[in-house]
Amino acid sequence: MGKIEWAMWANEQALAAGLIYLTGGIVGVAGQFRDWQFAAFGIAAGVFVCLLEYPRSKRSKGTSVERTGQYCFTVCVKAFGPLTSNYYVRALLHAALCVPGGFMLATVLGCVCLGIASLIYLSAAIHGEHWEPILHRKELSKRIGESIKEPPQNPPPRPPPEHRRKKADHLETAAYDNPMTVTVSE
Amino acid sequence: MGNWIINHGLSAFIVVAWMGINIFLFVYYYMFYDVGPQFEYTRELLGAALPWARAPAAVLNFNCMLILLPVCRNLLSLLRGSFMCCERTMRKQLDKNLTFHKLVAYMIALMTAVHTIAHLLNVERYSNSLAGLYGPVAGNLSMLGDSTYLNTTYLNPIRSHSTNPTLFVFTTIAGLTGVVITLALILIITSSMEVIRRSFFEVFWYTHHLFIIFFIGLVFHGAGRIVRSQQVTDPPHNHSFCEDQPENWGKIPQCPIPQFAGGFPQTWMWVIGPMIIYLCERILRFIRFMQPVSYRKIVIRPSRVLELQLVKDGFKMEVGQYVFLNCPAISRLEWHPFTMTSAPEEDFFSVHIRLAGDWTEKLIKMVENLPEGAQGPSISVDGPLGTASEDVFKYEVSMLVGAGIGVTPFASILKSIWYKFKDSNPNLRTKKIYFYWLCRETHAFEWFADLLQVLEKEMEERGMKDFLTYKLYLTGWDQSHADHAMVHFDKDTDIITGLKQKTLYGRPNWDKEFEEVRKDNPSSEVGTFLCGPQALAKVLEKKCVKYSDVDPRRTKFYFNKENF
Repeated sequence: MGKIEWAMWANEQALAAGLIYLTGGIVGVAGQFRDWQFAAFGIAAGVFVCLLEYPRSKRSKGTSVERTGQYCFTVCVKAFGPLTSNYYVRALLHAALCVPGGFMLATVLGCVCLGIASLIYLSAAIHGEHWEPILHRKELSKRIGESIKEPPQNPPPRPPPEHRRKKADHLETAAYDNPMTVTVSE
Repeated sequence: MGNWIINHGLSAFIVVAWMGINIFLFVYYYMFYDVGPQFEYTRELLGAALPWARAPAAVLNFNCMLILLPVCRNLLSLLRGSFMCCERTMRKQLDKNLTFHKLVAYMIALMTAVHTIAHLLNVERYSNSLAGLYGPVAGNLSMLGDSTYLNTTYLNPIRSHSTNPTLFVFTTIAGLTGVVITLALILIITSSMEVIRRSFFEVFWYTHHLFIIFFIGLVFHGAGRIVRSQQVTDPPHNHSFCEDQPENWGKIPQCPIPQFAGGFPQTWMWVIGPMIIYLCERILRFIRFMQPVSYRKIVIRPSRVLELQLVKDGFKMEVGQYVFLNCPAISRLEWHPFTMTSAPEEDFFSVHIRLAGDWTEKLIKMVENLPEGAQGPSISVDGPLGTASEDVFKYEVSMLVGAGIGVTPFASILKSIWYKFKDSNPNLRTKKIYFYWLCRETHAFEWFADLLQVLEKEMEERGMKDFLTYKLYLTGWDQSHADHAMVHFDKDTDIITGLKQKTLYGRPNWDKEFEEVRKDNPSSEVGTFLCGPQALAKVLEKKCVKYSDVDPRRTKFYFNKENF
């Protein structure tokens, strides 16, 4: 099975936590719960976490699986450099973001989930992992060569070389390169 | 349409039935709480959030009952053997156990979300009612109750002004267990995502054991009896008359003070049965863990493949089944599935273990360092556990498709067919077998080529050459392979496998293959068996549907897939 990459799980957990935080926030604000300001913070934090966590990191070994349409997110997240690629920073960020959620019931679940995600990220950071963008688009560019448009130079059926003597008078329209030198007169 | 029913009819029926029960439960309980007169005053406090919390609860009960059943592997193999009629179709359903497990899990996740959100609203509304924010009726209802000493007939479970919703949730049984089991559920779900499950199985496997906390919490979740209904009093309390005059309650005979009581907790009745079954399952696995297993032979094959031939008392296998192996010297907790490669006719069972990860590496190293003639490391076996390929002999024509490591179950099948043939076993309905072997590189499967070679030779000797048609497809080839093959074009045997049948390069053209099989067997039932990746399964499933004919006299293809 090999080494566990904790960041992979942390990423799933954080994304789920973001969604739960967001949902809790929406319920809190829509229902105008007591201290709904915390819920409003929950919406903002939830959206932010989702955006940050949506692009999956490249795996250090094996195939990396992208989320649908994560490419533009990857570019954005990559733009922040070490701020987003260091998992210590992420662990701290999530730990800080989850605190206000603990002050009202609607966002408590989001808060605890994000806290757990932060812990898993911490473990990932301790194991020396870091976020790396999955960028392989360019290599995948279509490489159907030019040749497909052009007719083959030497199309089959090709007789064995010794029989490839052409009629000399059709030399210009000959369909294939003749391996042997052809002279007009016998 | 007819083709589709042949292949998917029963699965679709099961899903529809399951969904139907879910919808029925949801609607029934929604109506029960939405119009039931005993909840008139409860709704006064909670509004629509009451039925929205209770209806998902009923669906959750049902699904939590189901979720454990598809993962009882021993129970399933018991069931597999005990169908009286239409076994083939029924058995195929059992192979989709994990799909069903996931389906049920998605439903649980969805219903948990609805249930939790509704209860968030409920707690807030209880709290606000007590604070008098919803008018005098709600305020009065919240103040009801016999006395702080007895404290049994109240309606609003929030009894004091000094508490807040968060504190209330964390100090009641229902609230606390609710939060804990929801957290357990979230962790289980995030760690069972495809990416995690496929790559870091340990994370998935160990986190999944939070289900113990989940079920314990679930059983006690209802014990707080928080949702309360009005009890029948003598004389009865007339809602429509009394609603507007709460100040007269208890003073005029039409309006006695309403009495409330919590609902009887039901969840445990739903889940206790499956919990016991699952416990038995785990006990059975533990007993299996304790049973001694002895080695008959250990063979280290080229390309670091280890063949273990094992003997265990009372062990009876069938083709294509698999076992779980546990080697306590490596880890007491890890069970790894391996497909058996021996035939039931043999007096031992064997597995081929390829070096693929930590566990297999440790095992192979341990075996390599064994002194001459010593027994191997002690090992426990759970199983045998069944999958679809036992049905191979029940079709007149079988198309076996093995991709990569997925050829292993077919080793057992081909061997067994051979034994059955030699003894002219009457149970063998099979008249013709097509075997397709797709792999990127054959190095790791030299042992399999060996096996095919032996079979090929023996079949030729008996003049049964037509019985088995096999085609090898090498998908990971390059120019050097092709050149090599060209040079040895006129040789009798293949250059890669040493078999009579030449290896083909690239992927099979399934349309062509199915067409051919249909042409050769115009009126047969053809079983298509795949052990390989999901993408290929989709392709083959479609082809099976496409090439089947509803006419009972024509060729029909049935698709079966091994699950790993």
